[in-house]
Amino acid sequence: MASIQLAPFGGSLTRETLSVSHAEDQSSTRRDFLYYATGGVGAVVTGAAVWPLVNQMNPSADVQAASTMRVDVSGVQEGTQLTVLFLGKPVFIRRRTQDEIEAARAVDMNDLVDTDSRNPNIAAGSDAHDENRSLTTPEGENTGEWLVMQGVCTHLGCVPLGDGAGEFGGWFCPCHGSHYDTAGRIRKGPAPENLHIPNASFVDDSTILLG
Amino acid sequence: MSGIPHDHYEPKSNAEKWLHSRLPIVGLLYDTLMIPTPKNLNWMWIWGIVLVFCLVMQIVTGIILVMHYTPHVDLAFASVEHIMRNVNGGWAIRYIHQNGASLFFIAVYLHIFRGLYYGSYKAPREVTWIVGMLIYLLMMGTAFMGYVLPWGQMSFWGATVITGLFGAIPFVGEAIQTWLLGGPAVDNATLNRFLSLHYLLPFVILGLVIVHVWAFHTTGNNNPTGVDVRRASKKEAEADTLPFWPYFVIKDLFALAVVLVAFFAIVGFMPNYLGHPDNYIEANPMVTPAHIVPEWYFLPFYAILRAFDGEVWVVIAADFLTGGIVDAKFFGVLAMFGAIIVMALVPWLDTSSVRSGRYRPMFKPWFWVFVINFFVLMWAGAMPAEGIYPYIALIGSAYWFAYFLVILPLLGVLEKPTTPPSTIEEDFNAHYGNASVGTGPASAKIPAE
Repeated sequence: MASIQLAPFGGSLTRETLSVSHAEDQSSTRRDFLYYATGGVGAVVTGAAVWPLVNQMNPSADVQAASTMRVDVSGVQEGTQLTVLFLGKPVFIRRRTQDEIEAARAVDMNDLVDTDSRNPNIAAGSDAHDENRSLTTPEGENTGEWLVMQGVCTHLGCVPLGDGAGEFGGWFCPCHGSHYDTAGRIRKGPAPENLHIPNASFVDDSTILLG
Repeated sequence: MSGIPHDHYEPKSNAEKWLHSRLPIVGLLYDTLMIPTPKNLNWMWIWGIVLVFCLVMQIVTGIILVMHYTPHVDLAFASVEHIMRNVNGGWAIRYIHQNGASLFFIAVYLHIFRGLYYGSYKAPREVTWIVGMLIYLLMMGTAFMGYVLPWGQMSFWGATVITGLFGAIPFVGEAIQTWLLGGPAVDNATLNRFLSLHYLLPFVILGLVIVHVWAFHTTGNNNPTGVDVRRASKKEAEADTLPFWPYFVIKDLFALAVVLVAFFAIVGFMPNYLGHPDNYIEANPMVTPAHIVPEWYFLPFYAILRAFDGEVWVVIAADFLTGGIVDAKFFGVLAMFGAIIVMALVPWLDTSSVRSGRYRPMFKPWFWVFVINFFVLMWAGAMPAEGIYPYIALIGSAYWFAYFLVILPLLGVLEKPTTPPSTIEEDFNAHYGNASVGTGPASAKIPAE
């Protein structure tokens, strides 16, 4: 009795422990196979059982369903900003003044921290020129009048203050001091990226579709 | 339990013998309570009991609060006010729970600094230290999620900032953040799961506390000299130690009473002193408070998180070397978690052969600078991230890492320690007189005096 060992890895099975077997090597191989097959099936079953327990924490169906929204912007005057809550986060819809547009369009790309447009409405990888940030008007022109952005600081998710806040006359995040310019591009502070632009387009003269 | 020779439980009556042969639970409790404890322990060895008390107090008051709390974004804030105004004695229970978290962290920081000064983390107590660090991490997670539950402005924005840390992880960060929150932003799903975990984790902590106690009962307590209890004979061991009951239990309970006087003075007279007024404004995802600050006990690490912005050369270097994978944001997160990891690794970073800081002349000033630096970081973390404060935070963060990664490894080589006393008994007699020399258990004499 004392000499019998539990040795699941076939290599360490000795002649003595296999004295009940008639074909030692084959038996060892078969045991190996059964051992790994059982282990493999066990791992798959465990994974299949655990995955739903993990996946339940992902967004539920009702949360996923609320993924588009129409916004009436007819009341937004030049030089003001409408903030709407979309997918649990604020979206800034700013009708910019001519000064703001000119200031944003005069910026040299070399002065930017992040040169990506962060705009999913245009070709990926476009640079962060102001024309690549502002929203095309209902007439199909890019006058720079409309700027639609996620109001979420790319540092740690605070809502930046608007109305010309910060050193660059755009937005300023009060949490950790990130300064954004009048095109919502990061210029100073810990945030790594320009304010992200959501999927957005004009569906008629006064309505923006988000998502 | 411990390797220190001492008297074990002997069942006497037939009933005791009957139980002992089936489940030796009385023996386990007896040996735990009567554990030989170095008799020279000073007042810094009381925080363990204070911490156990805090855990029990938080669990009891927490279970009561859940009976009246509603975890829903529309009702949570109001239900907390319901507890404060309508529930019988609810205000007291909530204020005890809220300030209990602060007492918990005051005690744990003193407990950790005690361990760092007297070298309690050194061999053979590394496992005790690591388990303690796990408890500390779980405490931080539990406290953070608890702070979200009242659903005030600081709750909401604190949760947004802290879960945003996970979003900083390259490639998978955003998916992890969404998974943690249960949606694109902090919302009802987040509140519900945080309540669930806030209720669960204290019991995990309770389990780890038992492991923590088990570990240092196996090795024996450290003590202010860092000298080991003599184990060659029971007589020698008894000259160095006293049983935990009643000597240390009574001492610890006295200390606990003093601590609780201060605690209940705060609960009664200034219950919101350590809180933030913004958390009495209901959560609003459209408005960020002008200045988001975490609770005081997170401030040193919050300062480290904010210290590394894109203009610090190590951040620029890391960004360049990793091809942009480690940007300023991720670097800050790594620094914050790294600060705790280097502390957890201190048993292997401190190279000195002498355990107690009492006999390490060069170690002492560096240690006290480390303590002061902790408070400087705490202060810098509470200040807005502009002007001189980020630089102060950066210097403080640099010292934190230098202390563990440079100073402690080098001191062990450069320092010439003084000679510790050869036995605990010698140290005890030097402090408290020679009353008990040579007559076996000191316990027999002291109470008579």
